[in-house]
Amino acid sequence: MSIGTIQIEKKHTVPLKNKILNPIVFVLIGLVFSSVLIIAVGFNPIAVYSKMLSYSFLNLRGINGSIKAGLPLMLCGLSVSIAFKMNLNNIGAEGQYAMGAILGGAFALFGPELPMPLRIMVMFLLCAIGGGLWAVIAAALKAFWNVNETIVTLMQNYIALLFLDYLCYGPWMAKKQTTAISEAIPKEMYLPNIGNSGISTGILVALGIAILLYIFLKYTTAGYQIEVIRNSRRSAEYAGINVKKYILIVLTISGAIAGLAGFVQITGIVHRVQAQLPGGSGYTGIVIAYLSRFNPIAVIIVSILLGGLENSCAAVQLMGVPSQIATMLQGSIMISVIAGEFFNHYKVSFNRNTVISQNKTEGVAQ
Amino acid sequence: MTAFITSICAAAIVYAVSILYAAIGEIFSQRAGIMNLGIEGIMLMGAVSGFLTVYNTNNLVLAFLAVILVGAVLGLVFAFLTVTLGADQTVCGMAFLIFGSGLSGFIGKNVTGIASAVKFEKINIPFLSDIPVVGDIFFKQDLLVYLMYLIVPLSIFYIYRTRPGMILRALGENPAALDAAGINVFALRYAYVIFGCAMTAISGACISLSYTNFWNEGMTGGKGWIAFSLVAFSGWNPAGAALGALLFGAISIIGINMQIYLPGIPSQFYSMLPYIATVVALIISTGSFRRKHTEEPAALCQKYDREAR
Amino acid sequence: MEKTILLEMKGITKRFGKTLANDNVNLRLYKGEIHALLGENGAGKSTLMNILLGIYKPNSGEIFYKGKKVSIKSPKDAAELGIGMVHQHFELIPTLSVAENIFLSMGRGDFILNRAKMEETIRRFSDKFGLAVDPGAKVWQLSVGEQQRVEIMKLLCRDCEIMILDEPSAVLTPQESREMFKTLRKMADDGKTVIFISHKMNEVMEHSDRITVLKGGRVEDEMPAGDATVERLTKAVVGSRTLSKTVRKTTKENAHVLLEVEHLHVRNDKGLDALKDVSFSLRSGEIFAIAGVAGNGQRELAEALAGLRKVASGKIMMNRRDITKMNAKQRISMGISFIPEDRLKMGLIPGMNMKQNAILKKFTEPEFSRFGFLRSKPIKAVTERFIETHDIKNGGMDLPVSMMSGGNQQKLLVAREIHCEPALVIAAYPVRGLDIGAAEAINNILMEQRNRGACVLLISEELDEIFEMSDRVAVLCDGKLMGIRNTSETDYEEIGRLMSGEPA
Repeated sequence: MSIGTIQIEKKHTVPLKNKILNPIVFVLIGLVFSSVLIIAVGFNPIAVYSKMLSYSFLNLRGINGSIKAGLPLMLCGLSVSIAFKMNLNNIGAEGQYAMGAILGGAFALFGPELPMPLRIMVMFLLCAIGGGLWAVIAAALKAFWNVNETIVTLMQNYIALLFLDYLCYGPWMAKKQTTAISEAIPKEMYLPNIGNSGISTGILVALGIAILLYIFLKYTTAGYQIEVIRNSRRSAEYAGINVKKYILIVLTISGAIAGLAGFVQITGIVHRVQAQLPGGSGYTGIVIAYLSRFNPIAVIIVSILLGGLENSCAAVQLMGVPSQIATMLQGSIMISVIAGEFFNHYKVSFNRNTVISQNKTEGVAQ
Repeated sequence: MTAFITSICAAAIVYAVSILYAAIGEIFSQRAGIMNLGIEGIMLMGAVSGFLTVYNTNNLVLAFLAVILVGAVLGLVFAFLTVTLGADQTVCGMAFLIFGSGLSGFIGKNVTGIASAVKFEKINIPFLSDIPVVGDIFFKQDLLVYLMYLIVPLSIFYIYRTRPGMILRALGENPAALDAAGINVFALRYAYVIFGCAMTAISGACISLSYTNFWNEGMTGGKGWIAFSLVAFSGWNPAGAALGALLFGAISIIGINMQIYLPGIPSQFYSMLPYIATVVALIISTGSFRRKHTEEPAALCQKYDREAR
Repeated sequence: MEKTILLEMKGITKRFGKTLANDNVNLRLYKGEIHALLGENGAGKSTLMNILLGIYKPNSGEIFYKGKKVSIKSPKDAAELGIGMVHQHFELIPTLSVAENIFLSMGRGDFILNRAKMEETIRRFSDKFGLAVDPGAKVWQLSVGEQQRVEIMKLLCRDCEIMILDEPSAVLTPQESREMFKTLRKMADDGKTVIFISHKMNEVMEHSDRITVLKGGRVEDEMPAGDATVERLTKAVVGSRTLSKTVRKTTKENAHVLLEVEHLHVRNDKGLDALKDVSFSLRSGEIFAIAGVAGNGQRELAEALAGLRKVASGKIMMNRRDITKMNAKQRISMGISFIPEDRLKMGLIPGMNMKQNAILKKFTEPEFSRFGFLRSKPIKAVTERFIETHDIKNGGMDLPVSMMSGGNQQKLLVAREIHCEPALVIAAYPVRGLDIGAAEAINNILMEQRNRGACVLLISEELDEIFEMSDRVAVLCDGKLMGIRNTSETDYEEIGRLMSGEPA
């Protein structure tokens, strides 16, 4: 296909350096585009960006903070990644996070006082189960009745968040509090920090899951089957793969991982259950997953970057810049990277020949 | 008692219209084959643009035009990404959702919670508004509602009884056939996506310029998603969408009102009702246990690649 | 009657990358004639017609319409010259009615749909040319033959003067074919020029006025139909190369019944009956062919046997064991392998590499996986073995399969399917769209399987292929099994009759 003197050919393979460079280039383009919007609202983009950069990434405290903020994002990003790896649009990480927090939180606040470390392990499990069970509803609807999981998981978010809201304003609300927040969980269940760094040990959970997922997807037969399903459901069924089973398994695991975000947030960071606990991490997880190309290791890195981005809003708020800048930047970066994806699939070349011709690049034409 | 029912019905219409603009816009977009999941973000952009214009100029006409413009521009970008570049429509929708939410909050920060001096007021249509019951429900509404009274029948007529409408129906089923007949599939998709986004933006304006006269971050509160599910629920048919919107409106209004009569049930559970209803509606209308030929456009969400012919 | 030249193509050459699809082709079309374009797959017929339609632009050459030089730069130009085509894959919108589909193809039209006027126009052409169509019916309700009539009607309503049909009889029964050619003759008598592309010699000799034979992109021969003989045409189409069969059919002893199909009822995707009360049995060491026009239940039969489609009623028994309820995975382990007709959408995964495709069915075998992890060395080894044994040309084992040519892709697919010495090989149109060399290789493999003692269920549309390869042949027509014959005891005519629905 050609437009004027530009020829466009579909590529078969994408070299690795392209896969990495391309998103980076387009992230930068996204930032440039956003600077236009920043100017429109009356601020100097260079000043804003440099402030954000230095606050979050150019000093030790900032980097610590970025990692800390990135922790729940990592888990949400991993959760969304594994679902998208099989073309399952799990938009429900936010709700699964909330449900995990509710189930685990209920145990921590009101459950039996089991001896440690059993007590915290049970909470870990319950958070995972909470998220997983919430996801299973959407998974079953998709697997058996082919109901669009995008909408179902999204609706479930609102339902879960409303339920969390009810609990924190109602029966779980701490005495002497006026905000929707519960009592603190028992001190013995607080996750310790690593040394003096201020980074919760919860990060080990995230790193562990990332490594496990990476190995799982690349080297196991299950990972192979997931890749087959992603490419073509028909081929998967032809090969005897039980697609329904995998839809259930993958979405449930996805939900469970999101539920664990609730675990690390409650035990490692806020030590309470709050109405706004997920705070949008589930949606940020989608951005992270996409930018990381669903690669678990990349998710960790991108999460830290986006965690830093979200933290840096505090710094620029003092300048008067609205805190929504973080979301806006995420959105424009994502749009830019999506546009840039095009260049990974198609080779654009300039043809000096002015003859307009149509080219088929594969096979013999009849 | 009648007054109670009348007021519920009138309120349901207001609610319904605010999601119907987006729903009908998305019906056109999906019938053309493009699914836009970013409705919520575009609605917010529409709401904030309309509000900012009114806040700064006190001119509703200008605000309405601004809203359409903003929607159209967003639609243009979305169309470029999905139609020309062939990007994945789900991912694009998510990006627009996040971008729209963020950008709207960003530019609306300074006017949050401030009331605007002007909004779309209710206008009683002479004669018609004097009819008992019916007049109170239908003819004591504002201009945006009255506009919708025209849009619904016009869209039904357009889709089913005109030539361009027939082409639209074909566009989402088999774009290759249209391309072969020399019809410009790409231009048409652009047009319908732009139209869809402009309508969606108007939906947002319904909330900040009519339902209330404020702007608040995220004030659409998930209505975009209810509009989205209406599209499938209605069988991609504006008439069905109108009925569905009224139904959801009624459920929502009754929910809010029930709190007065049944205080034992917490408000959050009423707020959940529309979302639960949406899921149920989706299961009923698109679940694969259905034996009827679904109305879902066959080429929905698939990018059209001429070379793949 | 003196015929005037309507359109002439001179010296048309078209290249795609390194391939020369049309090489200095001359074509002369007279007004009011039926002109046949004959040639094998890949001879350049479709390319030439696409140039006429403005879809491709030739690298060199000229086109003259009524003596004047013209330049066809787009489908619009072609439409203005009155050139139109009915493709093999119809371009109809299933949810719209016949009238609406025709409306759609007519370019300009009224803003508001005037159904009555359209129906009137349709009826006029319908009566004139004997094309029975119901303007109000929705296209998804029509049979393939009826849909083709709608496609032809589209061209007529656009006042096409040059009508091109691509393999029109491919989807019709012999009976429907005859009707269709009658319509073509009526259109030619009315002054239209009809071109039909075909690879069937008898059809071309019987129904056309003039024949042009293309081979390897060049015009190999051109003659009035009266001068055509089977020998002359065969020589032009295939050349003097004889098709060598390196593997000969050996007669089998000790054949046992491998598969029994009893009173099978299978539904298609639309919920209608695709197979009605089908019963037959397969023996080891034979090639059993299913003949019939595509769309008569062959796909559903193949899928039902492979375990990919549920059976409404009836039984399938393998080695006396009831396997009707077994799923695809279980049937794979029972020794049933399946070469699907959809190579790239089902049999192979174009985006994955050769190694990943090679283990598509066997990845849970201990040979290839341990404790749930894939074993890369054995996977690599088996892929190398496939490449070597079957001479599969490829750019590299780690590159996506989409980069291979059709023939080599099919070789990989077949290699994988016969790898574990299956008992039953279901092969649906295995050589469709392949060049001669690849087709020969595949057929040899299938013959080897038969000689080894497996049963090959060969589904094909080509009677030549069926008679050459198979021991027995059955005919599927409209979901019913019309008859089973030993290939040595029947001929094309009998099979043709069965295919058109005449009872055995």
